[in-house]
Amino acid sequence: MAAVSTEQQGTVKTMLLPQSRRWTSPIVVLLSFAALIFVWHIGAAIWPSRSFPAPLLVLQKFVSETANGDLPYHLAITLCRVVASFFLAMVIGSVIGVFLGSHRRADQFFNPWLILFLNVPALVIIVLAYIWFGLNEAAAIGAVALNKIPNVVVTMREGTRALDPRYAEMAHVYRFSALHRLRHVLLPQLQPYIAATARSGISLIWKIVLVVELMGRSNGIGFQINLFFQLFDVAAILAYTLAFVAVMLFIELVVVQPLEHTSTRWRRRPA
Amino acid sequence: MNTHQRVGVVDRLEVDIQEKSFRSSNGEAIDVLCDLHFDVEQNQFACILGPSGCGKTTTLRILLGLESNYRGTVQLPGSVEPRIGAVFQEPTLLPWRSVEQNVRLALPKHLKNTNLDGLFSILGLARMRAFYPGELSLGLARRVAIARALAIEPDILLLDEPFVSLDEATAQQLRHLLMSVWSEHPTTALMVTHNLQEAIMLSDRIIVFSDRPARVIGTFDIRVPRQSRNAQVKADLLRSFNAKFAGRGI
Repeated sequence: MAAVSTEQQGTVKTMLLPQSRRWTSPIVVLLSFAALIFVWHIGAAIWPSRSFPAPLLVLQKFVSETANGDLPYHLAITLCRVVASFFLAMVIGSVIGVFLGSHRRADQFFNPWLILFLNVPALVIIVLAYIWFGLNEAAAIGAVALNKIPNVVVTMREGTRALDPRYAEMAHVYRFSALHRLRHVLLPQLQPYIAATARSGISLIWKIVLVVELMGRSNGIGFQINLFFQLFDVAAILAYTLAFVAVMLFIELVVVQPLEHTSTRWRRRPA
Repeated sequence: MNTHQRVGVVDRLEVDIQEKSFRSSNGEAIDVLCDLHFDVEQNQFACILGPSGCGKTTTLRILLGLESNYRGTVQLPGSVEPRIGAVFQEPTLLPWRSVEQNVRLALPKHLKNTNLDGLFSILGLARMRAFYPGELSLGLARRVAIARALAIEPDILLLDEPFVSLDEATAQQLRHLLMSVWSEHPTTALMVTHNLQEAIMLSDRIIVFSDRPARVIGTFDIRVPRQSRNAQVKADLLRSFNAKFAGRGI
């Protein structure tokens, strides 16, 4: 009886697998987006309004903004800020996280600070950074990074607590250099935590960058969206937003996923 | 006060631990080692034999430099910074590095480009150099751990029950492999084991530990060459061992 049910489960599995694979194929993704655009188009045709432009109008805006060079310029500026803030937050957050994860007393002492920073609203940090350091690039990038650092610290601290001491002992006995310990022992163990915090970080950071640009910069997607908000140009707002989302999606598919695939290839072949 | 003595070139292992204790979670001190003295001659293969939990692994961890809070001195053979080839209870291979990378990462600078073909070949790993540890059975992973320990051309080889959790046939095969590699380049070796038969098969000297707190009850030297230790000789050695340590908790 047990054998029959196992076999039945096996059959269900083999039947489900190809279906789930089919759903993740690029054609299905394209079809899904096409359906969304179609629904949007129908909606815009039924309720025509300046505040709800049709997809074609957004596309026209995108083409004209790209042709005059405004969209690529502001997109590039925002991307630079995202990249700078991301690396700053990841490096500083990881160093602090690993330190707190490996020093219990320091963790106990600094934990209240961490809770405090985790709960300070992004807006407050941005406003204070602009007041204290002026409306400049360093304040903008610093404020974004500061918003993300506590999250990185928490994740990396957990990762450090989960490190397997046997690998460190092996590295000690075989006298690995500091660089080898970092590269071959520490970072591979922290890789899932780095990937998790990088994933959540990049999505959080680009949203905060837009707020920073809106409040205190004279360029970037956030600045442009604020400008179009004042002009009530919803088509332009959507064109800029979708362009940026498309770039982030491209980065996810072309950089993040292949990188993750390469770094975890040792997991995929079971003994 | 504890020291790993590093004065000049020494040719044998000398252990003199007066006391080693652990503190339990409720603050109670547990004595693990007490007045533990033994030595292993140069290029001798010695085994530590003793009851479970008596402090054999702790002794090895002290020699590996992984335990520092003890009273006494240990003197490792070799130069000022002796190279230790360690085989832990579990293979402890980096799962994200291939078999060859695991071995090469342990190599000291002057051996970085050394040719490992011979070693891999003897241990039957020649076709598995590019495999990841997750793709190996426990027996194969143990072979890699042995390859790593021997590739560094160690001044001393320390093995902590390297054949535990293996079926007897695989364990026996690994014992023979270890002996064939070790015989090519003999070095001072100390192995922790529960298995008296294994100790009789492999070692030149068996150091017998008492129950916790561990001290040395006695030593059993085997002068018969390994290649002459057939079933009859092993049975005789076993009888002599049992006669010497009868009623002493082994």
